Amino acid sequence: MFIKEYFGTIFNSVKSLLTGMKLTGYYFTHQNKIITEEYPDNRATLIIPERFRGEVIMPHDENNEHRCTGCQSCELSCPNGTIKIITQQEIQPDGKKKKRIHTWVYHLDMCTMCGMCVTACPTEAIKMGNEFEHSVYDKSQLKKILNKPDSKLKQGVED
Amino acid sequence: MKLLGEDIVTETGEFIINMGPQHPSTHGVLHLKIWLDGETIKKIEPHLGYIHRSIEKMSEKMSYRQFIYLTSRMDYLSAHMNNQACALVVEKALQVEVPERAKAIRILLAELSRIGSHLLWFASVGLDLGGVTPFFYAFREREAINSLMEENCGARLTQNFHVPGGILEDVNPDFQKRVKEVIKQLKDNFHEYDEILTGNVIFQNRLKGVGYLSKEDAISLGCSGPTARASGVVCDIRKSNPYDGYEKLEFDEVVLTGGDSWARYQVRMAEMLQSIKIIEQMIDNMPEGDIVAKTKNVIKLPKGEFYQRVETARGELGVYIVSEGAATPYRCKYRSPNFANLSAIPIAAKGGKIGDLIAIMATVDLIIPDIDR
Repeated sequence: MFIKEYFGTIFNSVKSLLTGMKLTGYYFTHQNKIITEEYPDNRATLIIPERFRGEVIMPHDENNEHRCTGCQSCELSCPNGTIKIITQQEIQPDGKKKKRIHTWVYHLDMCTMCGMCVTACPTEAIKMGNEFEHSVYDKSQLKKILNKPDSKLKQGVED
Repeated sequence: MKLLGEDIVTETGEFIINMGPQHPSTHGVLHLKIWLDGETIKKIEPHLGYIHRSIEKMSEKMSYRQFIYLTSRMDYLSAHMNNQACALVVEKALQVEVPERAKAIRILLAELSRIGSHLLWFASVGLDLGGVTPFFYAFREREAINSLMEENCGARLTQNFHVPGGILEDVNPDFQKRVKEVIKQLKDNFHEYDEILTGNVIFQNRLKGVGYLSKEDAISLGCSGPTARASGVVCDIRKSNPYDGYEKLEFDEVVLTGGDSWARYQVRMAEMLQSIKIIEQMIDNMPEGDIVAKTKNVIKLPKGEFYQRVETARGELGVYIVSEGAATPYRCKYRSPNFANLSAIPIAAKGGKIGDLIAIMATVDLIIPDIDR
């Protein structure tokens, strides 16, 4: 009885190890089953889903116009204080003074990509971009100004 | 001999060593102070505080829309379930009825993240006990789940897909097709996990009879989740206090009575299959309709105390909110599953060998940021 048990254990142990070896052997010989992506080399074919939240961007159209009215909803909705909007009074062609954004400061180093600013924006001025390679050598480069120089508010957004 | 002004050999001849905070076999920055008699563990004292970020205090400064995202950083593998708990407590206080479609999507994504979490645990339990190969097999399926999350929620781990009253945006039109693909891949490959790790005799010998936690201890220490269910405690919140429509679903609560590391391993493997069962029931009859119930722009909870618990991948997460009627919580307290499960380690490892401590820590499946918060 003891001998039977002893050899039974050895047999079962070897069998269980061979079962695992068989599986690894299968993948060793079936190269087409490999799904590893060689990341830095496959940048050209890399597909990032449209919804992926990588950074906050402010789209500008061909006339260098954006949709941000400077209402600061995003600034209030941000849990981390990532966004700082500096506004100024601009004299319009009809002579009236109106509030316009001067600089739209985005601290990427403080952003956790929760996307709450995009949800809060009433004019769809900002959205989440797909860029994810954010590494830089100096932290100060992560402070970004999203409105382009000399950009204007698009006509009709405010109404 | 002295180390940092402290005797490393006690008067009774016990040898004190520190495991962590940077020991590669510990997950995260857990620091265990261990009193050893030869190789036998006499006493273990966990030291906490290395990754404390004061999430509870920060929540008190945030609005009820903002504080949800912070909980993704507690148990990062169950981020979806953590967010769900916070959204549910706000909905409970406001007495908002969540649309059926939002509930279905919540459950589907929660069960997918539960599978993803258990797959990472499966990978790391093999890794901790010296088997590198199972890691890659588990990560193949986990990558499919994470890609699905990335396509629909916008992030792979910290999804932040919940808003009070529903979910952030509707899922992609091909969501059902993609979930079916992931589930098919998982079901086709599940037998490989059993072949490469479960059946392995060396692996079984390292887990069987190691780290016994009795049912009485599990209850008195407040353990929950798979750790407690392996000791015979019936504690699945999805069954006892159903939320978001779990009461309509058919699934089994996996309860084993072994209490050792091997039982904890088996519970988690069986739970993955139960999660697949839940997803298969839901995926073909997802209701149509709204995805978010209407709530005010600035949410103010009525005065009072609110508590909601959910079953995360590691056990019971409770969110307790005291509201004074303002736009921010007066007090926010999280009852995290890992903190209670951590207290099982000194009991389970006492009297065992130091090598077995790694097996116990691997099968209890601790996430350190959830302990400290």
